[in-house]
Amino acid sequence: MIDTFKALLNKLIPSLFAKKKHMKIGLYGPPNSGKTSTANRICKDWLGEDVLMGTVSEIAHETREIQTKENIHMKKKGKELTFNLIDTPGIATKIDYEDFLKHKLNKKVAKERAKEATKGVIEAIKWLDNMDCVIVVLDSTTNPYSQVNITIIGNLAARNIPVVIAANKIDLKKANVKSIEAAFPQYPVIGISAEEGTNMEELYESIVKMVK
Amino acid sequence: MLTLQYIPFNEIENLSSERRIAKLMAIVKKNKIILMQGRLKATEEAGLIEKTMEEVNREFKGIELCTIYPTLDKNGKVSKQIKQAVVKMLMGDREGLTIIGPATVVKEIKRNPDKIELLTHNLNSRKNLGGK
Repeated sequence: MIDTFKALLNKLIPSLFAKKKHMKIGLYGPPNSGKTSTANRICKDWLGEDVLMGTVSEIAHETREIQTKENIHMKKKGKELTFNLIDTPGIATKIDYEDFLKHKLNKKVAKERAKEATKGVIEAIKWLDNMDCVIVVLDSTTNPYSQVNITIIGNLAARNIPVVIAANKIDLKKANVKSIEAAFPQYPVIGISAEEGTNMEELYESIVKMVK
Repeated sequence: MLTLQYIPFNEIENLSSERRIAKLMAIVKKNKIILMQGRLKATEEAGLIEKTMEEVNREFKGIELCTIYPTLDKNGKVSKQIKQAVVKMLMGDREGLTIIGPATVVKEIKRNPDKIELLTHNLNSRKNLGGK
């Protein structure tokens, strides 16, 4: 009886019992900027200590497929936000398997990694259209004026996707958050250390503020 | 020998995004460095990266890409310049210069507010790599 009533209501108001779609927040950036470390930190903080998005490595292109964690419920200063977090492969304009050989990977593994990495870049770009909001993760120890950074930000702007920039690795001596702020003054820039969990609260506040 | 090919904007102006990308890729894959008048749209740049990744193989490792913005005010701040650049990137236009080179030839394009440095690989050693 209840089911019949529910079905009737569902027909009348289809969205009432439809599965609620959560917004998608993506992590974008060049390789080795710390996207997965940031994703892992967000998962730890909001889903529990044991929950990780993926493995991290010094070798570039460790993440070569889109990774998702669903139903992350964030509460900040009385505001709440439920979202799916999408970790994307680093975007690059060139991939040379020989670069992986320098990290003592054998030739076969290096070639396979390079092949998967190219597919990952393509996938990451295709997923841009699915994002509701993006955290651009940049390495604050490197020059922010790279064409990849500009292309990523330009594409997000072209799609009207809200952006917050996480200037990662502020625990390192060479970190220069100011240079990232100077390069992209139209976006909020939060200096963080995903590895040490520094300033994550500030990043969360910025995310909630951006999407509300 | 390093070959530079200049492409005036009117050569790509009336092409669809797909054909623009295909034209640029065809030139880069001949190991030439493109100096293109103007800029691609942001979505075309992403498309160019996608196409590049599809084409990566043993000989073709990808591209180096850099866009220069001549409207930069020398006295202005870099931040302002990049902001202008991102805004203009949305549309793509004939202002500025785009440099695209194959990664096997162009090692790095360094950009700072006053100059562009194009670092190339040792062409002799590149030849050796290609001959392996």
